[in-house]
Amino acid sequence: MSEEGSQKTVSELMGIANSIYTQLEKGDIPKMTIPLRTKNNIRFDRKKEVWKYGKLMGARSAKKLSGAYMLLRTMYIVGLIEELINKKKSATLREMYYISEGWDLAKFNSQDESNRLAEDLEIITECMREDFKLRPEEDGARVIGNITIQEKNRKGEKKRINCRDDVGDSGYSIPYNVEREKIKFLDWDADFVIAIESGGMFDRLVENEFDEKSKSVILHLKGQPARSTRRFIKRLNQECNIPVVVFTDGDPWSFRIFASVAYGAIKTAHISEYLATPTAMFCGITASDILNYKLPTDKLNDQDIHALKSELTDPRFKDRFWKDEIELMLQIDKKAEQQALAKYGLDYVTDTYLPEKLGELGVM
Amino acid sequence: METLSVAEELAKKQKEISIAEFFERNKHVLGFGSLTRAILTAVKEGVDNSLDACEESNILPEIFIQIDKAGKDEYVVIIEDNGPGIVKRVVPNAFGRLLYGSRFHSIRQSRGQQGIGISAVVMYAQLTTGKPTTIRSKVQGKDVAYEIDLMVDTKKNRPEKLHERFVIWEKEHGTRVEATVKARYTGGRQSVYEYLRATAIVNPHARIVFVDPEGERTVFERATEKMPSPTKEIKPHPEGIELGTLLKMAKGTQQKKMTGFLKGEFSRISMRVAREICDKASIPYDMRPKNMKIDQAKDILKAIKKVKIMAPPTNCLSPIGELLIKKGLKNVLEGVRPEFYAPPITREPKVYQGNPFQVEVGIVYGGELKKDKSVEILRFANRVPLLYQQGGCACTSAIQNVDWRRYGLDQRGGEGVPFGPAIILVHTASTKIPFTSESKEAIADVPVIREEIEKALRFCGRKLKTHLNKSVKKKKTQEKFDIVQKILPQIAAKSASILNKKVPSLDKTITKIMNVVWIDDVIEYKNGRHKIDINIYNYTPKGRKFDLHTVIPIKNLDRKRIVPKPAEIKGNKVKWELKRIKSTEKLVVSFELAGLDEDEYDENELYVSDINPIYIIGAEPLPGDWNLDDAEPKTLEYFVEDHDALKEESSQDDEISVDGKINKVKVGEIDE
Repeated sequence: MSEEGSQKTVSELMGIANSIYTQLEKGDIPKMTIPLRTKNNIRFDRKKEVWKYGKLMGARSAKKLSGAYMLLRTMYIVGLIEELINKKKSATLREMYYISEGWDLAKFNSQDESNRLAEDLEIITECMREDFKLRPEEDGARVIGNITIQEKNRKGEKKRINCRDDVGDSGYSIPYNVEREKIKFLDWDADFVIAIESGGMFDRLVENEFDEKSKSVILHLKGQPARSTRRFIKRLNQECNIPVVVFTDGDPWSFRIFASVAYGAIKTAHISEYLATPTAMFCGITASDILNYKLPTDKLNDQDIHALKSELTDPRFKDRFWKDEIELMLQIDKKAEQQALAKYGLDYVTDTYLPEKLGELGVM
Repeated sequence: METLSVAEELAKKQKEISIAEFFERNKHVLGFGSLTRAILTAVKEGVDNSLDACEESNILPEIFIQIDKAGKDEYVVIIEDNGPGIVKRVVPNAFGRLLYGSRFHSIRQSRGQQGIGISAVVMYAQLTTGKPTTIRSKVQGKDVAYEIDLMVDTKKNRPEKLHERFVIWEKEHGTRVEATVKARYTGGRQSVYEYLRATAIVNPHARIVFVDPEGERTVFERATEKMPSPTKEIKPHPEGIELGTLLKMAKGTQQKKMTGFLKGEFSRISMRVAREICDKASIPYDMRPKNMKIDQAKDILKAIKKVKIMAPPTNCLSPIGELLIKKGLKNVLEGVRPEFYAPPITREPKVYQGNPFQVEVGIVYGGELKKDKSVEILRFANRVPLLYQQGGCACTSAIQNVDWRRYGLDQRGGEGVPFGPAIILVHTASTKIPFTSESKEAIADVPVIREEIEKALRFCGRKLKTHLNKSVKKKKTQEKFDIVQKILPQIAAKSASILNKKVPSLDKTITKIMNVVWIDDVIEYKNGRHKIDINIYNYTPKGRKFDLHTVIPIKNLDRKRIVPKPAEIKGNKVKWELKRIKSTEKLVVSFELAGLDEDEYDENELYVSDINPIYIIGAEPLPGDWNLDDAEPKTLEYFVEDHDALKEESSQDDEISVDGKINKVKVGEIDE
């Protein structure tokens, strides 16, 4: 990051500390307001075509014990980030959680808490956590396909990598930072990117040489995709102009994976425009597929039903397609994995299912 | 002819039933129904006798109980006391003859009454093990103790002396009973241990030592040196007297005239009332009582109902008292560290069917008491624990009738025995406890008694609720203290260090977060003096001015050491009109009490007025009836159970006011 960028981040963080300090100086009860991070407070941004936080604000006040703790932790994190920036170091989110062990009263009870607070700071300062020198410990996903990228490695050397020819069967591994200063797309020859939920299905498509046969980029999401994975997809889509399809299991959780890729996740709605790919299309298993392809199924459990019902009130799923599919799934009371397609043979997914589905979507 | 011979046949079968047979058939009634119960009854009869004997002679009881295993289902039970002892010639009859006793005819509060108890143990021992009971007794001033091995001659109901001797006994006086009985020793709720524990609670003046069959020794130490106030014997009250009793009394009296008989043999009958009764029964004043016919006796009973008669005197009762109930509970329950002892209540004496009675209740809450179980109910009648037939007892139905959810205990549907970490103690004292059966295990459901118990339970319940409210409020405030004392200073320090500025003053922020006046009282006991400090912190953003009230034993107040000077002292009530306390400032009110035991004052009762109580933590708003029950009442008030006749007649009498079903009678003194 540039010196200037760091300065901006530091001054934004100082702003938070200053606001608390000033309130104390005036004899007020210190508080911090941030947008509510719930599904009731996400609005569709027509310009950017992604879901962003709305106007509902929540206050974190020292009047309550939990609020007071959050303010104290916020002060400590601000202090930590300032130190990281000054020392030109970075820490993983997990490391930050462990650093907090030494913060006495300010220490976090779980890493979820510290992760969320880092996100809160992004929202308030309008910076990204990469600006804070905080990075996730999880690695990004894997990619196989005919794209050539240039990655600046830890030694500052620029490596040119073709994601089909220069990698093994597990593909190119997406680093946690995929911004322009780190990764550039040099050359590509692909009709679409297919983002896949499960590792088993990714390997199936690789083994069946789906990338070459259908001129596609195969990408493994690893469940709910990390930020860098989503950012990588977004850049491929935007800069290389390659359409994106998302291939998942047929259950409520998979629908949410698609939503986070295409519409933006509720947790990170403040940076949806960086992460979401509004043109991404769904080619995963639907309730209709379960019926049409007569797939082997499991019964919905209580959590599944609860999740589906909750999706019916989620503004991101408000269109006809999702409403019908969710209601149908509740009605048939069944879900299916993408690997259930193996019922018809190992090549069925690449020879029949995907060509049919992608044909409908006009991608293949 | 035919019928006569049948009658003859039947007549042959008629014969006297021996005492032994009677006992054998009725042993469940006397508390020997099962092997586990028998051992408890044996201990109970002995201990009851010992306590009664000690109290009658004004001796602080020291009771020793030991149970040894003698064989399969056979135990030796030893009960020894430091009572006055029993003179030699009385011993055989007192222990070896049923229905022999000194208390059967007296109307006063005592544990034993019928004179069955201890001789039933002797009888049970000989019937089940064939062994005699050994009694040793020594009276003050004798050099040696008299010892006798004894059985009951079951044909004649007379003692059978097997072996008599004199022995050296280091005790100055006392009695020791050793009986071998067929029984089973168990633990649990209805065990000897529980019985003695409960006995220790309501007899804090007794020291009780128990050695169980394993040799385990438990000592319930004495919690007070104060003897229960002695009870007086009273004459029967006319209300509730039965026909047979009346006739028997008339036969036995020395009085020559009806009026004299009524006045002299009953309590609360003056000459005026005696004449009124005779008038209403159309009986001449000077009729000889011995000549009274059955019909005339019936008329007298009717007349008694029509005449208003003062309730019986109640000084024949000896309640445990609020302070001693608390001491007794504390003494025995120390181990479970209860969080709260609700101040016990001793209700004013009341009357049922001519019998005075008095109810006392105490509640213990929290600590290590079990949270998810039914509350433990400790029932007592005349200081004797009731361990059986809990379900059929007026104490239990009273507890079930109270909606405990209002007082902070769980109760399904607002009825039944509540759940929660609590012990409820109910003690009923009376000259005649209406037991449901001879085994004296449950109090009959007499409405006045049950209602009295319910009132007492509600009173204690309110105290419990106040305590629980207070602790919830304190907990919330504690949270705020955590914020302002620990977290806020760190937020300030950290934000200041990030910005390189000096740490700001937090006073104003603190008062805005707290927004309470915190009252924190400390009681210190040293050299026979209670020193009380009431610290008042104003954690609100504004200055606060209000009045503080408390109730203290005023005769123990050291008037030189009360700061600031109270605005008013009225009876036991003290009122301070405090000066304005500025925001974030503190005021201390302190005073000293002299000459009390440490236990006698262990909680400050604090009230505030002239301020919105939501700002106050650590004191209650002044109750609405604060000024009503001002000084010690000079006249005692109590309630007489109403009967219809009273209502009809009452309009003619100015002394009595009628108020629905209950008549409130005011009298100058309750006892002549």
